[in-house]
Amino acid sequence: MTTPVLEITDLHKKFKEIEVLKGVDLTMATGDVVSIIGSSGSGKTTMLRCVNLLEDFQQGSIRIDGEEIGYTAAPERRRRKESEIARQRSMTGMVFQQFNLFPHMTALGNVTLGLTKVKKLPKPDAIAIAEKWLERVGMAERRNHYPGQLSGGQQQRVAIARAIAMNPKVMLFDEVTSALDPELVNEVLNVIKSLAADGMTMLLVTHEMKFAYEVSRRVVFMNQGRIDEQGAPEEIFRNPQSKRLAEFLKNAKF
Amino acid sequence: MGYQLNFAPVWRDFDLLLSGLALGIGMALVSVLLVGNLIGLVAAFAMTSKSATLRRIASIYVTTIRNLPIYFLMLVAFFVLPQQLGVRIDKVHAFVGTLSIYAGAYLTEVYRGALLALPKGLREAGLAIGLTESQTRIWVIIPVMVRNALPALSNNFISLFKDTSVAAAIAVPELTFYARQINNNTFRVIEVWSVCGLIYIVVCYVIAAALRIAERRLAIPR
Amino acid sequence: MDFARFFADLWTARFALLEGVGMTLVISVLSIILGTILGIGVALSLVYGGRIQRFVVRVFLECVRGIPVFVLILACYYLLSQAGIQLTPFQAGVVALTVFCSSHVGENLRGALLALPRGQTEAAKAIGLTFRQTFVYILAPQALRQAVPAWINTAAELVKASTLLSVIGVVELILTTRQIIAIKPRPLEFYFVAGMVYFLICFSIERLGRRAERRLALPS
Repeated sequence: MTTPVLEITDLHKKFKEIEVLKGVDLTMATGDVVSIIGSSGSGKTTMLRCVNLLEDFQQGSIRIDGEEIGYTAAPERRRRKESEIARQRSMTGMVFQQFNLFPHMTALGNVTLGLTKVKKLPKPDAIAIAEKWLERVGMAERRNHYPGQLSGGQQQRVAIARAIAMNPKVMLFDEVTSALDPELVNEVLNVIKSLAADGMTMLLVTHEMKFAYEVSRRVVFMNQGRIDEQGAPEEIFRNPQSKRLAEFLKNAKF
Repeated sequence: MGYQLNFAPVWRDFDLLLSGLALGIGMALVSVLLVGNLIGLVAAFAMTSKSATLRRIASIYVTTIRNLPIYFLMLVAFFVLPQQLGVRIDKVHAFVGTLSIYAGAYLTEVYRGALLALPKGLREAGLAIGLTESQTRIWVIIPVMVRNALPALSNNFISLFKDTSVAAAIAVPELTFYARQINNNTFRVIEVWSVCGLIYIVVCYVIAAALRIAERRLAIPR
Repeated sequence: MDFARFFADLWTARFALLEGVGMTLVISVLSIILGTILGIGVALSLVYGGRIQRFVVRVFLECVRGIPVFVLILACYYLLSQAGIQLTPFQAGVVALTVFCSSHVGENLRGALLALPRGQTEAAKAIGLTFRQTFVYILAPQALRQAVPAWINTAAELVKASTLLSVIGVVELILTTRQIIAIKPRPLEFYFVAGMVYFLICFSIERLGRRAERRLALPS
């Protein structure tokens, strides 16, 4: 039985007094593409952000390739050192809704930064890898452009290259097309689809139901801090079991 | 060291400090609130007017004054001008005049910014209902402009009020002048300067709070 | 106005005037450099410091910003000698102007740092950068760029504030001018010359500043 690449167990998180995650369990094997759907406030983005410890969590554990993320194993449960956490973060790659490219660096610069400063690769190697991935997302020609000179879709593709160039074990996508103009959405979705086809392990939070249906191996429906239902896209979208999910899908006009 | 804190000499002359403060506030009110704002408004309109000459004059005024130190301007107003014009000018008048012209330059920039930020349709709407250019300016443009500019005006007023301290250098009897006098008479340096500083800090804080309330009261409801 | 005589007087006074200008520049440059360094420390304390540190620095900042720079100069001049630190008027003046400068630089830089979108820090974390790396490569470059116009403004303010040092006896341009006028009574002419010098210095700072801004601006 191989170690799952991502294993979330009994994840609990509180924001001040409000419990946002009420015990979430999720397992992913290498190559899995899992989409998380649900209404705002269901906790899906929060859960995603726990995986790379942009949010901390009070109870439960997250393991990437068997390694405990953020905290040492129970019962000790000590928060790891910041340098340790930084290293663990480089095992995942995250693409944000607002792109968050570094505006003072070119597309190439954005991608090579992690490679040179975190992975400590020599500059020529970093550039080679960066150029390969920029090519892969279709942005090779604009590698010397600054984010301010790029459209939203182009920026997001560079953001994908920046995350994936770090060779992460899991790619995390946080509603990456929600901030894009409609005509730019497809260029990004197509890149993600082709990366999935290449076997990249992905965890996506998305509102694009059709996309989730097409690209995922498994779909997870979250509601009020818990996973209500999960299964193959066919099951979830065509044959929802829970009432909440059915209602959600009706409103989402799938 | 043997320096014993003794605030008594300062308290004894506290009324002097307060009278100095009153003069400072008075000068600020006249120079900045009254004259400075007037100059600022006029020059702001001049800078955005259609007449190139007006624009040029206002621009030269603003650029020149903003690049000169107020201490320098005050010395010119007090030492050079009277001699050239052959009249005797009272110190306080000289300073008030200087601060007015100085304030005007800074307030022009504030008003110009506020003017440029107004939607173009505002003036046109005024004209469209039959108001003359002047009427539009007085009843439509200026009220909106001033309200939008209030935060910047507040900041400038406080800053210019602090500039009244420079008058002490030509023996205008304001707060800093008396503080220095007490310092030289009693050598209670820590006491007098901490009190003087505290007065300025408190007054600035109070003015800022008062202006913030005024801003909120006058703000255009959103 | 007798131009020939004036220029003769001006020529005689040239060394004194140049010294005065030099002193003004030395005061300004020294205060700007020291003040900026201190100001960076202030900003870092306010943004990243612990509670006590932030409180202390905030109190210091509010006090410095609440008093006029003239009072700051006088206070430094009188207080420091009382505290047993024997400083020349020049040194006391530079200390005062440094503190003044640091308060402005500190507040501006703090504003610039806080204005950076949170997403920048998150993206940096997401690729595994440590806090130090995030600050050096992502936050500082952007914040400093933002802070340049305000810094240029502060520099010009410092040059103008240097005139107040003449009151405590530092022989910069204003005091030099007054001394010259005491010997060769041509107040209008000499003050005009001094005014032109100040104007040129401040105007150039502004111009250089705008050029620097344009150079630093990111292509869009």
